[in-house]
Amino acid sequence: MSSINQTIQVALIGNPNTGKTSLFNLLTGLNQKVGNYPGVTVDKKTGTCQLSNNIKAMVSDLPGTYSINPTSVDESIVLKTLLNAKHDKTPDVIVVVADIENLKRNLLLFSQIKDLEIPTILAINMADQMKRKGISINLNALKEELGNEVVLISARKSEGIDNIKKAILTSYQEAKAFPLCNINHKIDAAYFQNLKAITSEYSLYELWLMITQDSYPDNLNDETKKKLIVFKNDVIKLKKYQHKETIYRYQEINTILKKTYTVDQSKATDLRAKLDKIFTHKIFGYVLFFGILLLIFQSIFDWASVPMDFIDAQFANLSAYAKKILPAGVVNDLITDGVIPGIGGVLIFIPQIAILFLFIAILEETGYMSRVVFLMDKIMRRFGMSGKSVIPLISGTACAIPAVMATRNISSWRERLITILVTPFTTCSARLPVYAILIALVVPNKKIAGFLSLQGLMLLFMYILGFATAVIAAAILHKTLKVKTKTFFVIEMPDYKLPSIKNLGFEMLEKTKAFVLGAGKIILALSVVLWFLASNGPKSYDNVEKTILENTSNTKLSDTELSKKVAAAKLENSYIGIMGKAIEPAIKPLGYDWKIGIAIISSFAAREVFVGSLATIYSVGSDDEDTATIKQRMASEVNPETEERRFNFPVGMSLLIFYAFAMQCMATLAIVKRETKTWKWPLIQLIGMGALAYLSSLLTYQVLS
Amino acid sequence: MKTIASLHIGEIGFIAEESLSNIPLKLLEMGCLPGAEIKLIQIAPLNDPLYICVNGSHLAIRKETAREIKIVDVLDE
Repeated sequence: MSSINQTIQVALIGNPNTGKTSLFNLLTGLNQKVGNYPGVTVDKKTGTCQLSNNIKAMVSDLPGTYSINPTSVDESIVLKTLLNAKHDKTPDVIVVVADIENLKRNLLLFSQIKDLEIPTILAINMADQMKRKGISINLNALKEELGNEVVLISARKSEGIDNIKKAILTSYQEAKAFPLCNINHKIDAAYFQNLKAITSEYSLYELWLMITQDSYPDNLNDETKKKLIVFKNDVIKLKKYQHKETIYRYQEINTILKKTYTVDQSKATDLRAKLDKIFTHKIFGYVLFFGILLLIFQSIFDWASVPMDFIDAQFANLSAYAKKILPAGVVNDLITDGVIPGIGGVLIFIPQIAILFLFIAILEETGYMSRVVFLMDKIMRRFGMSGKSVIPLISGTACAIPAVMATRNISSWRERLITILVTPFTTCSARLPVYAILIALVVPNKKIAGFLSLQGLMLLFMYILGFATAVIAAAILHKTLKVKTKTFFVIEMPDYKLPSIKNLGFEMLEKTKAFVLGAGKIILALSVVLWFLASNGPKSYDNVEKTILENTSNTKLSDTELSKKVAAAKLENSYIGIMGKAIEPAIKPLGYDWKIGIAIISSFAAREVFVGSLATIYSVGSDDEDTATIKQRMASEVNPETEERRFNFPVGMSLLIFYAFAMQCMATLAIVKRETKTWKWPLIQLIGMGALAYLSSLLTYQVLS
Repeated sequence: MKTIASLHIGEIGFIAEESLSNIPLKLLEMGCLPGAEIKLIQIAPLNDPLYICVNGSHLAIRKETAREIKIVDVLDE
C-alpha cells in the first residue's frame, strides 16, 4: 500500500488574525487555486502540499471564525464543511491555528472542533513573540492535558512548518479522535443522553450542532432528522444550554491553561495603547483615515496611469502590427478589431486593481481596518449600515463584486442588505476608464493655483459623487426598508502588526487574477460579439457599398474619403447600428446619438465596455490604417447637426452622470442575486439606479446646453 | 446597578453572574463571561461603540449591548 500515491484532505481553521493564511501560503506555496464552495460563492482556497514521498495533502483554508456556531455567512461555511465531513471526502485532518497571545479564546474553537471527533492538530502561531510578550508554555504538559498533538510555529519566520507536516501525517495514520469536553456530563445528562440515543452515526456534539444551528448534513436520513427536530422545540432551553456549554468549555480551558501557560504581565508593552490613542482619536483618527483614503485614490489616478498608458499603447501597436502581417479578411478583422482591443480592455485595469487590493490588504493586515470600523460605526448606523460597511464601500472603489462579498461579515441582515444595495454607487475601477476618457475630452487640461489639475479635481468630484449617492441612497433605504432583524455587533480589535510582504503579494496576486479571469471573460466575449454586430447586418447591408459607389460615381472624391464614407454607411446599416438607432429617440434628450447608444447598450454587460465599443465603432467607422488612440478618434467625431464636436461639455457631463448612477454590470447583478438569494434586490438596483441615471443625465444635459 | 456602558475609560469591573442570559452567545464565546474582569479602554468619538478588554480579548461592542450587561465591584485602574 505504501507505494500507492495518496491524497489526504486537510482543513485549516482558526480565529481571524491568527496567521492562518500565512501558514496556508507556507504549506502550499504557489500551488493554490481559488474555487467556490458548492452552493455558495465564498471563495474556497485550496492548495497541495507534499507530506511524504507518497502522501500529498490537499489543504483548504477555511474562513476565519471565533466559533463553529456561526453568526455570519462566512462562518456558516466552516460549520457546513465540518458537518458534512464524515460522509464527504473533506477533511481527514483539521489543523486549528491559534495565536499564542490569545490562546484561551483560540482554545474555545479548538475544543469545539475536537468534539467533532475528527483527527485534529493544534498549531500555536507567533511562537517567536513568546519572549517579547513574557509568555511561557509547558508544551509537553499542554499536549498531555489536551490529549492532542500541539506544534509551535512561527509563520512569519517560516519556523515549525516541517513539524506541522509531520504531525499531519501522524494524526492521519493514527486517526485518533475523541472529544475534549463531554458536554453531556455537565449540563443536563438526561437531555443529552436522549439526544445521543437518536443515532450512533454522528458524535453527540455533531447532533447538538445540528439542532442548535438548524444545519444538517446533506445525506442525513429523514427519520433521524425528524427525531432531531423535536429537540428544537424548546428554543429557550437550547439557548440556555448553549450558554452553559460555552461557560463549561472555558472552565475546562482555564484549568488546562493554569497548569501549562503563564504570562509575565510586566513584559507587556503598551504599543497598542499608544497607537490606539492616535488612530481612534476624536480628530486625528478621522484626519488620518481621510488622509489614507486620499493616498489610495491619488495612487490609483497617478501611479497607475503610467503602466496603464503603456498597456494602452502596446495594444494599439499590436493591433496595427497584426493588421499588417495577417492576410486581409474576416480573420484579420476579428483579431485586430475584436480580440486584441478586447484583451487590452481587460488588461488595462490590472495596475489600478492591483494597487487597490494591495492597499486594502495592508489596512487589513496591520489591524488598522478594525479601528476604522470602530470610528465609523456610529456614523454609518445613521444610514442603516454598520461600521463594517466601510470595508465594502472602500473595496467598491476597486470592484463591486468582491465588495458585495465582503459584506458577509456583517451579521445584521438589514445592515448587510443596505450595504449590498448601495455599494454599486461607489466608483469602481470599471468606471475609471470611462471617466478618464470623458474628462480628458471635455475638461480642459489646466492647472488651478499652479498645481491642482482641473481634470484631477473633476475625477475627485466623481468619486465624492459616488460615495455621497451611496450614503443618500442608504439613508432612503434605512427609512423605507421594512426588514426586521436583530442587530448585534462585535468586532475584534487585533494587535497592530507589520504586514508580511509575502502575504500582501499573495493577496494582491490572487485577487487581481480572480478579477481579470472573472470579468475578463465577459469583456472579451462581448468585444467579439460587438465586432460581429458592427461588421454584419441584414440583407440591405451587403448593398451599402454598391449604392454609395453608384451615388458618388460623378463626384470627385479621393479614395480615402470614399472608403471613409463607405465604412460609415456600413456601420450605420449593421446590426448594432440598427440597435443604436432604435434607442436614439430615447437618449437624444440626454445629448447622445446612436453611436453613443451602441456604447450604452453594450455597457449593460459591463461599464468598461463603453470605451472598447466606442473604439470598435470608430475603428470600423473610420476604417483607417493608422494607430490613432481611442481618444483621438473620439475627439475628432463631429455632430452633423451642429457641426460641433460630438463630445462637447454638456454631452460629456451628461454621460459622466449617467455612468456614475446606472447599474451597468451584469456580474454585480449576478453576485447580488446569489448573496440575497432572490432576484428582487438586483432588479430593484437595476431599475432604481437606471431611473436615477436617466433623469439626472437628462437634467444635466438640458441645464448645460 | 452599573453596566458596561456606565464604566469610565480605564475603569475595571467584573461581569455579574445574573447577566449571563443577556450576553449574546458570540460575545460569550469571545471571552465575555460572567465573573470575568472587564476593562473599558476607549469610547469612540461619537460615544459609541465601546472598546473593551475582557479575558485577553480586545473587542468593540455597541452601547445597546453594553447596557444589557451588568457589572459589579468597579475599581479604578
